[in-house]
Amino acid sequence: MGQTLFDKIWDAHVVSSAEGFPDILYIDTHFIHEVTSPQAFDGLRQRGLPVFRPQQTVATADHNVPTWDQHLPIKEELSRYQVDMLTKNCKEFGIELYGLGHPYQGIVHVIGPELGITRPGGTYVCGDSHTSTHGAFGAIAFGIGTSQVEQVLATQCLLQSRPKRMKIEVNGKLQNGVGAKDIILYIIAQISAAGGTGYAVEYAGDTIRSLSMEGRMTICNMSIEMGARCGLIAPDETTINYVKGREFAPKGEEWDKAVAYWQTLYSDDDAAFDSVLTFRAEDIEPMITYGTNPGMGIGVTQYVPETASFDVKEQVSYKKALDYMGLHDDEQLLGKPIDYVFIGSCTNSRIEDLRQVAEFVKGKHKADNVTVWVVPGSKQVQEQAIREGLDKIFDAAGFPLREPGCSACLGMNEDKIPAGKYCVSTSNRNFEGRQGPNSRTFLASPLTAAASAITGKVTDIREFLKEEELV
Amino acid sequence: MTKIFKHIQTPVVPLAIENIDTDQIIPARFLKATTRDGFGNNLFRDWRFDENDQPKPDFVLNNPTYSGKVLVAGKNFGCGSSREHAAWAIADYGFDAVVSSFFADIFKGNALNNGLLPVQVSDDFLQKIFDAVAADHTAEVEIDLENQFIKISATGEQESFEVNAYKKACMINGYDDIDYILSQKNKIEEFEEVR
Repeated sequence: MGQTLFDKIWDAHVVSSAEGFPDILYIDTHFIHEVTSPQAFDGLRQRGLPVFRPQQTVATADHNVPTWDQHLPIKEELSRYQVDMLTKNCKEFGIELYGLGHPYQGIVHVIGPELGITRPGGTYVCGDSHTSTHGAFGAIAFGIGTSQVEQVLATQCLLQSRPKRMKIEVNGKLQNGVGAKDIILYIIAQISAAGGTGYAVEYAGDTIRSLSMEGRMTICNMSIEMGARCGLIAPDETTINYVKGREFAPKGEEWDKAVAYWQTLYSDDDAAFDSVLTFRAEDIEPMITYGTNPGMGIGVTQYVPETASFDVKEQVSYKKALDYMGLHDDEQLLGKPIDYVFIGSCTNSRIEDLRQVAEFVKGKHKADNVTVWVVPGSKQVQEQAIREGLDKIFDAAGFPLREPGCSACLGMNEDKIPAGKYCVSTSNRNFEGRQGPNSRTFLASPLTAAASAITGKVTDIREFLKEEELV
Repeated sequence: MTKIFKHIQTPVVPLAIENIDTDQIIPARFLKATTRDGFGNNLFRDWRFDENDQPKPDFVLNNPTYSGKVLVAGKNFGCGSSREHAAWAIADYGFDAVVSSFFADIFKGNALNNGLLPVQVSDDFLQKIFDAVAADHTAEVEIDLENQFIKISATGEQESFEVNAYKKACMINGYDDIDYILSQKNKIEEFEEVR
């Protein structure tokens, strides 16, 4: 019996496996940030332990940083203290920190890949659920809690039971205007926000294969939104070409050795999965969510489902979600006026996302009723965008390019959507209050967000693209 | 050392909402603290208090008829963010266990690492608990970790629940993951050498 990609990587990282115990899994790189690490460092101090492998730990400040005037001291006292604490802890324990002002600073799941730290076959953890992003390289990567952050700092290992394996195949040709974000929102809408719980999900099929690395990261990023332990995609030429030449990628002989190993990383033809799901790319419309979990998504031309279509037990929660969103049964989101557009987050803040948005908005201007924020995923993405002149296109369109951070994805800093306002957001979560107390989030792709910013209402990007073809 | 949990018998606090995510349990704007203490004050902050910080009378934690050490919630409890602050907030508020018909993975692990027992029951049994509390606000449940069962005291109905054998031993004896892994430090170093 062959092995799955997941099992090949897992087995290569098991330090010890004992009956009745979770495996002790070796972690290649541990990413940390300011919000979920301070209590872990306190734990080490209480135990009198050092960081076991500081050179395999990488830190950045992203969740709780301002995205404007980053060169000035952080205004909010608690946020400043938390970021200062990370600096102090990294210094005390000998950890490399890409803090504010550093050319490598950015959202942890954007900088790992762009620096060549994330590679095929590796194991990566971080005190952040969207660590699943790194699985796009054919790696095992998942989010952990702070007690586990302390565990990895202390031992470079994690106690972990092997999850079940699921394969999700997407085959066929995507419609014009439909991209990676729509694929993953579609999958989650099909299998629900809990449909992947207990599984490591491998994405496969020719549609997935045709995606760029950045598109693959968008897909793996949202694995956690269906509850999956992690998501991963077998490495191929696209992966290898992306990693090659990056700052911390292997070089020379090491590179050749690494590539030879990476080429063995795929699920064998006869590998057994606990569950296999298959979807057709042609069925996927530009997606938008209407509810308060990422599973509550529909094609942009579809209608909000009727409460009566749900099981009686589920209706209370469903009605609560619609009330919160200010929506009702059978309502179409298409054409609904919006107030904010947020383009950013670890899901969609990479250079390709910004290029795609810039290409679309060039020569257009946002609607008067909409405030737009474009938040790059990293300092490097920001600099690249400026080198390419994207910032000027954005400025002319009324889309100011801000500075890197998690920003309005989780509303920890001052980038919050006001109560009752609607935001079309390229981020990953539409939970109640996620983008600010009583804010209302419609999750969508960067293109749908950009088109909606131009018209001031929820928009079908395909209509725009059709018109542009005619011109 | 992990907080010890063996057995409790207590009234429950019912929260029959599905897909309760960790942003509801503790919103991100309260994650700026650098210690583990005090998160209970902001547990379910935006469901519990209005924009003027006044308690919302219709939320269950503000209803004095409900009390107890066990939170009972709808399926897919703890989905979303990996923030352990959610488990800290629930434990800090005074709960010892959460009962649901389905838990998100990361939350479940975080809870176990903090001596907060996640008890996964069937949809039917969950409904029976909700029904029992609806009939009598003081209805109690008994949770026995050693023997892995949960019982509705008034009716005697019970169900067994699953828990990882290692984590069970940790909770009953107060064992700690880091002590366990460090006891195998030589194996970690061997692994690093041969790979």
